[in-house]
Amino acid sequence: MPVTLERIPGAEDRVILSMGPQHPSTHGVLRLVLELEGETVLRAIYDIGYLHTGFEKSLESKTYSQGITLTDRMDYLAPLSNNLGFCLATEKLLGLEIPPRAQWIRVLLTELTRIQSHLVWLGTHAIDLGAMSVFLYCFREREEILHIFEAVSGQRMMTSYFRIGGLALEPPLGWLKGVEKFARSFPARINEYEALLTRNPIWLRRTQGVGYISAEDAIAYGLSGPSLRGSGVDWDLRKKEPYSSYEKFDFKTVTRPEGDVYGRYLVRVEEMRQSLRIVNQAMEGLPTGPIKADAPHIVLPERESMKTSIEALIYHFKIVTEGFHPPLGEVYQAIESPRGELGFYLVSDGSPKPFRCHVRAPSFANLQALPKMIEGRLIADVVACIGTIDIVLGEVDR
Amino acid sequence: MATDLESCPALQKLRDFDPEAVEEARTFRDEVTLYIRPANFLRACEFLRDEPGLKFSFLADVTALDLYPQEPRFEVVYHLLSLETAQRLRLKVRVQGENPRFITAIPVWPAANAFEREVFDLFGIVFDGHPFLRRILLPEEWEGHPLRKDYPTEGYR
Repeated sequence: MPVTLERIPGAEDRVILSMGPQHPSTHGVLRLVLELEGETVLRAIYDIGYLHTGFEKSLESKTYSQGITLTDRMDYLAPLSNNLGFCLATEKLLGLEIPPRAQWIRVLLTELTRIQSHLVWLGTHAIDLGAMSVFLYCFREREEILHIFEAVSGQRMMTSYFRIGGLALEPPLGWLKGVEKFARSFPARINEYEALLTRNPIWLRRTQGVGYISAEDAIAYGLSGPSLRGSGVDWDLRKKEPYSSYEKFDFKTVTRPEGDVYGRYLVRVEEMRQSLRIVNQAMEGLPTGPIKADAPHIVLPERESMKTSIEALIYHFKIVTEGFHPPLGEVYQAIESPRGELGFYLVSDGSPKPFRCHVRAPSFANLQALPKMIEGRLIADVVACIGTIDIVLGEVDR
Repeated sequence: MATDLESCPALQKLRDFDPEAVEEARTFRDEVTLYIRPANFLRACEFLRDEPGLKFSFLADVTALDLYPQEPRFEVVYHLLSLETAQRLRLKVRVQGENPRFITAIPVWPAANAFEREVFDLFGIVFDGHPFLRRILLPEEWEGHPLRKDYPTEGYR
């Protein structure tokens, strides 16, 4: 039997409503059970697991390098962020240094990922609340970013472009032209979205004061990312625990004191501008040099060298058939994904396959605040609140 | 390595507060792991959350490890984060047996709720005092706990 709410004796006129998992506003397969009196939500619980695919169990029977392709499919709106988290965790386990060029390209692409993920969020959030045109604009710009990903990795979404020790391959010549073109046109586009929404009276009525969560509650419930910063908490892992040379970039942590749907909207919109600043800096100062770490027993050799060097051929064979052996130990590596703290907890028993790989999915934790946001409010606000925490069910259910 | 541990403020302060609490301490790649005695767990957590200079107010993650066939078989793993000092800390608790039980951390960190349900679902560790300990990712009628090491990756056929 699916999860449901028990009726309270003496309150038989209340309706127990199952919302989802096929409801268009639930952004995938989220199911809510609501107890309603009229249009007011009295109690709410969520039911998840419809997309559970057992990634963590599968990872235990794959080598570390094979694991990367699974991470794409968790948060399918930010595949490169997931690649990065998993690679950084494995590299920490191995104690591997990554060359600067690879780090900068990683930063550039994950910031583009943040922008495109926020675009999907903005478009769908707006359409949920009745603003149709924003959706079309957002998806137009998102497509430009996906073209860049396709040029670089060969895939629009399931990129698997970051590899343990660096990048899969050198980006094609002229790829920065596409990024430049996007970076030139995008500031005006953000202003366009803001012109449609930020002072729109209907938008304000639907978002201001809705889904309020205080800073204390946000921390207690484990919220992270824009959902935490929308409650005025100055916390961004890119600043506080810089990884992949984020400390060399100049950008602002965006916070808003409101703590409501509108506050989180402003945070994400401004974050797109800040991400664009990082993209511009990364393009300007992009270092030259190798894109893979100098670790022949971990990083696959160049195709050409395999034809001339017996060592390269042996290493290639060993990495592909057996994998590499990290030392005994455990690491937790967190990154600031578009949704918040994405953590990878890796435990190694010295074999080429992880003994355990746990994913701390930001959406999974952020979802806990949803009942608190919607209890006591109208059913129309439920839609606004689901949109505002920006969940991706692939990541929630893993 | 030993010197790293001695300079860890969380370990120092926790030892001063409760000399019994820490069973064992380890570091790897600058990450500190403290094994906490189950009986002292909740008090130690409250201390770590509230003590000035530590303030581990953010529970990032709860998960578990199955060390089958070793005994005690399970380790419950807590990842803490201090928003004040930007430090992280890993707590571990050893839990025994085929039907392991431990206590819930919800009174200290409400965020533990969904994480503990996930651990219950996938490892079968029961958290006493949890208000709604039901399967969260798998269907209610599922048999077994897939992340245990004696559960085959292909499932039972």
